[in-house]
Amino acid sequence: MTTVATTPAAPAAGRPPATTAPKKKQAGGGIVRYIVIRFLLIFPTIFILVSMVFWLMRTTGDPITAALGGRLSADQLAERVAAAGYDRPILVQYVEYLGQIFTGNFGTTISTNRPVSEVLITYGAATAELAFYSLLVAFIVGIPLGMVAAYWRDKSPDASLRIFAILCYATPVFFSGLLFKLIFAVWLKVLPVAGRASTSSELQMQLLPGKTGFYTIDAIQTGNPAVLADVLTHAVLPAVALGLLTAGVFLRLVRTNVIGTLGTDYVDAARSRGVSEFRLVRKHAYRPALIPIITVIGLQIALLLGGAVLTETTFEWKGLGFMLSQFLQARDFVAVQGIVALLAVIVALSNFIVDIIAALIDPRVRY
Amino acid sequence: MSRIDSRGPSRLARLPIVHQLHQSVGLQRGMLVAGLVITTLFVLTAILAPLVAPYGYSQLRGPDGVFGAQQPPSGTHLFGTTVGGYDVLSRVLWGAQTALFVIVVAVLLSIFAGVFLGLVSGYFGGWLDRVLVVVCDAVYAFPSLLLAIVMSIVISGGKSDLVGGVMAAAISITVVFIPQYFRVIRAETVRIKSEAFVESARVLGAGNIRIMLRHVLRNATRTLPLIFTLNASEAILTLAGLGFLGFGIEPTAASEWGFDLNKAISDVSSGIWWTSLYPGLAIVLVVMGITLVGESLNDLADPRLRGRRAIGASAGLVAETSVVPGGTLTAGPGGLDGLERAPINPNDGEATS
Repeated sequence: MTTVATTPAAPAAGRPPATTAPKKKQAGGGIVRYIVIRFLLIFPTIFILVSMVFWLMRTTGDPITAALGGRLSADQLAERVAAAGYDRPILVQYVEYLGQIFTGNFGTTISTNRPVSEVLITYGAATAELAFYSLLVAFIVGIPLGMVAAYWRDKSPDASLRIFAILCYATPVFFSGLLFKLIFAVWLKVLPVAGRASTSSELQMQLLPGKTGFYTIDAIQTGNPAVLADVLTHAVLPAVALGLLTAGVFLRLVRTNVIGTLGTDYVDAARSRGVSEFRLVRKHAYRPALIPIITVIGLQIALLLGGAVLTETTFEWKGLGFMLSQFLQARDFVAVQGIVALLAVIVALSNFIVDIIAALIDPRVRY
Repeated sequence: MSRIDSRGPSRLARLPIVHQLHQSVGLQRGMLVAGLVITTLFVLTAILAPLVAPYGYSQLRGPDGVFGAQQPPSGTHLFGTTVGGYDVLSRVLWGAQTALFVIVVAVLLSIFAGVFLGLVSGYFGGWLDRVLVVVCDAVYAFPSLLLAIVMSIVISGGKSDLVGGVMAAAISITVVFIPQYFRVIRAETVRIKSEAFVESARVLGAGNIRIMLRHVLRNATRTLPLIFTLNASEAILTLAGLGFLGFGIEPTAASEWGFDLNKAISDVSSGIWWTSLYPGLAIVLVVMGITLVGESLNDLADPRLRGRRAIGASAGLVAETSVVPGGTLTAGPGGLDGLERAPINPNDGEATS
């Protein structure tokens, strides 16, 4: 869903006068129209993804047989299937499912018998927190290193950074996670092995009246610096493991784009005016190179969510991804379907937001 | 790739990879060579796994009795044994075979499906085109691992035997990749469709199928090798991710690196490093090798990213064999003097060849 930034930058003058609306502020009308169209495009995307997941999952049969088949007698199974309404025509179930999703009802899990929406709310915060920290790591690591690599292009810093970027991509998050665990938690014993917080901190945060599920915010609310430190040290390894994956992508993007902008005339002009080399990279070449990065962040969010499933499983970080792999092992496909559908909505929404930001920054994106 | 626009000195130098090797220089050549070496090693290991692996992938006992679980590396087990009592080295080597098989099946299937859909969609247009574009965009934006999970539930119900497990993984990955090929081929088809040579073919009375296969497809496949290498590495990562989440292939059916890493999670907490390190390193090495090749090909295909000295080198190569009016460039119009005064633009040099 990335809007390619190469849409022809046809100025208003290039358009045939007959089609131009008799408006004074053309740019303002353009952006509003763009936002509305882009917003309306979310619905087909979500609809397609949710429908696809529904039909694909249903080709294997009903979820109750999948979860409990073999453990119950045929009669009991048929009774459970009928009680849940899975013996009705599939088209009826499909329409009902779409209606339920529209009202925020994602069904009830089979293995734990809880509403899926409750699971989503409870564990969604943990995944959001992990994704936030990972993006932070990715920005802090990827962007400056990308500028360094671009400036010393084809020299040794560039060579080693490119290898680093490829390593970031080539290392599965669960492998880097296991290595970090082994080195920092088991051998050096400086960071915790797994989980989001130690038991005592979790107990303190449970007692909070206005707890949010975001442990960092909750820890600040307790007012106890030890709890905050505990929560933050637990986040370091998962965030770095997941963040490095995206950092590699950012590094390569920044490098390619800064190389592109470093060769432009206005950078030459700035250099000839005596602008320092540092300022040249930092101010002149880097700013325009950021726009393509913003447009790819949308795709990065999808990558990040996929990676979060693996990271959370590695570190027993009790978020949506961790629950997803638990439900997968329990063959609880109602819960799996619910989580996947929610992630589809998140991806579609974040792509929308990213596209709008990109359009606000770069007028060429609008159409 | 650039078989058409390059004029190497010999037929050999015009082959895809060999041409890029000639074209590259310095760091880029180093990266390409390193990637090619690793990839070749990987393919050789995969083919020769039955010969080089000391034991079978599901072997639990040797001539001296049972291997034992979680044995540290030793003379009999160079990489130690897993929690299930398998030899780690053997499983790492056999794992290459599974990975290669999945790559080949996944990439071939997705190329065929993606190219076919892209060609038809781009050539005929209409409502089918619009529907396919929206669907592919939606699929493309979705986390690929989640899609692969859903697909493998559909195909195997999460259960896994030898062929079933491998095929399930391969087809799951295929579905993830189809939109990528679809987008590329469709865009190229739409562009080529309006070219003059397609119109003239139509005027001559060529049918749609003939135009599609003969005129459009042949010109639309230029970028495929690039996507191919990038997808091959992604296929390994997705396979390992599926295995890590428990959608792998049972240890008795085949060896899969991600599955072994999953079994190694609990080992790590007790300081057992050999069960996770070696399968993980195998993944990193293979993905890195294939990515190095793909990255280098990508950079060499893009004049802005190609090594700067490489441009001069390849232009020189072209100049020697180019036929210009009035003889070769060395005795071109105006003689050497004329040549030196006119700046030789490397891009022009390539265009004339």
